[in-house]
Formats: sequence, C-alpha cells, structure tokens
Amino acid sequence: MNDNRTIALVAGVLALLMAATAVGQFLARHPDRGLDPAAIRTFNNRLRGWWILCTVLAAAFWLGTTATVVLFGLVSFWALREFITLTPTRKGDHRALFWVFFLFTPLHYVLVGLNRYDVFSVFLPVYATLFVLARVAFAGDYKRFLERTAKIQAGLVVCVYCLSFAPALLQIPIPGAAGTGNSGNFRLLFFLILLVQFADCMQYVWSRMLGQRLVAASVSSNRTWEGLLGSATSTALLAAVLWWAAPPFQLWQATLAGLVVAVMGFAGGMTMSAIKRDRGVKDYGTLVVGHGGVLDRIDSMCFAAPVFYHITLLITGVKPG
Amino acid sequence: MLSPADIPSPQPSPTPSGRSPLCRAAGLGLAGLARLLAGASVRWIASQPDTCQRVYFANHTSHLDALVVWSSLPQSVREMTRPVAAKDYWSRGFVRRWLAEEVFDAILIDRTDIKVHQSPVDLMIREAGQTHSLIVFPEGGRSVSGEVGEFKSGLYYLAKKRPDIELIPVHIDNLNRVLPRGEFLPVPLLSCISFGPPMWLERGEAKLDFLARARRAVLAMKD
Repeated sequence: MNDNRTIALVAGVLALLMAATAVGQFLARHPDRGLDPAAIRTFNNRLRGWWILCTVLAAAFWLGTTATVVLFGLVSFWALREFITLTPTRKGDHRALFWVFFLFTPLHYVLVGLNRYDVFSVFLPVYATLFVLARVAFAGDYKRFLERTAKIQAGLVVCVYCLSFAPALLQIPIPGAAGTGNSGNFRLLFFLILLVQFADCMQYVWSRMLGQRLVAASVSSNRTWEGLLGSATSTALLAAVLWWAAPPFQLWQATLAGLVVAVMGFAGGMTMSAIKRDRGVKDYGTLVVGHGGVLDRIDSMCFAAPVFYHITLLITGVKPG
Repeated sequence: MLSPADIPSPQPSPTPSGRSPLCRAAGLGLAGLARLLAGASVRWIASQPDTCQRVYFANHTSHLDALVVWSSLPQSVREMTRPVAAKDYWSRGFVRRWLAEEVFDAILIDRTDIKVHQSPVDLMIREAGQTHSLIVFPEGGRSVSGEVGEFKSGLYYLAKKRPDIELIPVHIDNLNRVLPRGEFLPVPLLSCISFGPPMWLERGEAKLDFLARARRAVLAMKD
C-alpha cells in the first residue's frame, strides 16, 4: 500500500520535531551549558514556527487540493502586501495596484486550482505585465516609469507567480500512481517544503561554524560560500535519505533536486536581502510588530518552487494541465 | 444624533451612545474589516489604552484615517470614542451618513460655515460631555504630499477649555497609500498606527508653541 510512505513521513517528522523540542526546552532550562543563549532562543523560535507550519500544512493537506491552493494564495497575497508596502510607489500606480491585488493574484490562483497550466504559466509574466505597463501609462504619471512598473512586476513574479508552483505540484499526474489518490503529490510538496526549510537552516549552521568568505558583504553579513556549499551538500544528503517519500524520483534524481533546491533557496535569500538593504530594513515585517514578516519566511521557497516544479516535469516526462 | 452628554450623568452607561445592536454589530464588523484591509499594526508607545476621557490627535492622510484609528482602539475604549469628522464629506449620501451618525457616532463639523458663537471647539466639548473621548485631525484636512502640515488652533482651544482631558498624539503611517486623496478603491498595503504618551497644555504655554509641540509629538513617532 502506497500510504505506508505517508505514514512513515508523518511519523518521522513528528518524531524529529518532538526530539528537537525536547532538546530546545532542555537547553533553555539549563543555561549553564556554555551555549549562546541567543542562539538557543532563535532555535526555539524557529522550532515554534515549524510546529505552526506543520500544523497548518497538515490541516490544508487533510482538507485537500483546493484548500492547499487557497492557503498558498493567501500567503502570496500577504507576501505581496509586504513587498509593495516596502517598495515606494507613486499615486499613479494606485489603480494598477488595485487590480494586481484584487484581480490578477486571485485569478492566477484560480487558474492554478483549475490546473490550467497553459494559461497560468503566462498569465502573470505576460498579461499582468502588459496590463501594469498600460495602466500606469494611462494614469498619466511618467516619472521613473520603468522603475515603478518593474517593482510591481517583480513583486508579482516573486510573491505570486513563483510561489504558486508549489501548490501546482499537486496537479502533476505522477506516472504509476494512478488510482491511489494524490497522497503522492502531497508528499512531493511536503518534500519540497522540508528541503527548503532544511537548506535555510543548514545555510545558517554552516555559515556560523565554518563561514569565512562572504558572498557579498554589502548585501548580507551572514551568507557565506561555505554556508552555500554546506547547505547544498547537506540538503542533497537529506533528499537522498528521503528519496522514497517523493514518488516520481529515483535516488539520484532526488539528490539532484535537493542540491538545486538548496542553491535556489540561497539565491532567494540573497535577493530578498538585497531588496531589504536597499530599503534600509531588517525584515519585511517591520510594520507588523512581533513577527518577522511572511516574505522573510518564504523567500527561499519562492525561488526554489518553480525550479523544483520543472525538474519534476522533466523527470516524469508528463505534460502538465 | 442624541448624546448622553446633554444629560449629565455621573455613571457612564454600558452603551454610551445608546446605539442599537445592529449598529454595534456593524461597528464591530467594520472595525475588523478596516483592520484587515489596512493591515494596521497598532503600537502603544509609552502609553496604554484607557477608557478615561482623551483627545486623540493624528496626522490626516486619507479618508480611512478616522475609521482606522477608531478600529485600532480596544472595543471598550472604542465605544467611548467619537471621531470628529468633516460634515461636507460624511453627511453626503445615505451610507456615509448612517455610518457617521449611527455606527461611529461621529461629531460632524461644518468646515464651510464656522460661526463665532457656534465654534467647532464648543461643539466638540459639548458633545464629548464628561465621558466621551474624541479623535481629531488638527491639520484640518488631508495633506496632499504626505507630509504633516501645520496644526490649526482648534486643538489649543480644546486643551485650554478642557485642561483635564489627556491629549494623545497618534501617528498614521502608510494609510495614504492604502487610499490616497481622490481615490475610492483601496489597495491593501500594511499601515501602522502609533499612540504616544499623553500630553497637556502647560501653564502659560503660548498657542504657537503648544501647536508646534503637539505636531512634534506626532512626528516623533514616525521613526
């Protein structure tokens, strides 16, 4: 029975989270171990985030494909909100932004939910772009025209278009899994999320342990080449260990996917860092007191999801839609 | 617009303005919607929400300002608090008038026809009575540039006639991008409402000094 793998995956994740929580609580209660208390606090905060992430994902997966697409749609909407909030726009962009938020973003996710790859793959990059350019021109404000339209476009592509490839994984018909429902697709999506989170974490750990050469000191003061290399290797290893959980992959394919996901996630983090540096803020969520912002959490995911999606298509050889 | 201020009562009733359940439900729903749409995060800087009588004074950037500041207050405080708004905008059309009169219980000020013996400040003081707090925008209108303009003298006369009321500076950030001047469709960006520490008119403080100090108190929360 195919679902044994799902049970194994869920049990494994639960066991890991519980073990990590136990360790985190133990360290928090025994501050005399000579470990950096700030690092322990960060670890425990991250852990709390993962519990929330896993609970929300489990609920969405249990409710089905539509619920998961809606969940990702809401995350995209919120991330785009944070992106545009921190990007200076002018009054002439107002009407274009209205349609971007209330028409293009929801409609894109409807197309994803309807499995219309033929439309959704071009809807935002082509049609939304043309609309934004024209609408801003119609508004009659030509100052820094290309810069302003490019900002809106970048926000749409990163926060909405790229992220939507994650729930789109649920629609890929996996060869040999016909008649078993789409639990395999949910495992595939979870595999991606797990790899992205793990790569983020490993990047931090390796940078802290061995970090010497910064990739770009002016953009990020903690992302190093060692971190990238370490994270790519560790994530590839994890993917190899878990290859049985991601249905269409052979061992080597899963390993390759892990490697690519780690590199793309790193690139996403760097990109968002550059934007944040330019705007002079630490997190996208500075306007929301008390949490780091949605965009800070999903930046790596946004970059990794489309590449992972297309790797899956290449490997399975299926036609989407 | 009947206000208990007309009948001096020592005990504030649980529903201060005697609003119907429908209006209260509409108020709750609208407050939730405004918070969701304007993504407002609320900060209290060296200040705490309280049901004591206060005047919240804020910079004015958008038609949503009064609604969002009002929504940012905890419900118990919100029910005591009445926005002061422009009559020419809020009494136009059935929906706006219903919102202003029944839901927010707003005090509408006639900006075009200010009389000496019926000054807006007197009206505010009378309508506030001994229980209500007020939300005022001392710039007198929405700023076009997004900068905080000079304060009009109403706040000074308010503070002079009612020196017992706490004045709370409020800074509204980013709401002008949610709904700029001249637009009617909002863009759901994130905004931030900051409430500052209470201030009062100092003894013998000159009008211009006080207004400048009040304006600085709002600007200080800009970060």
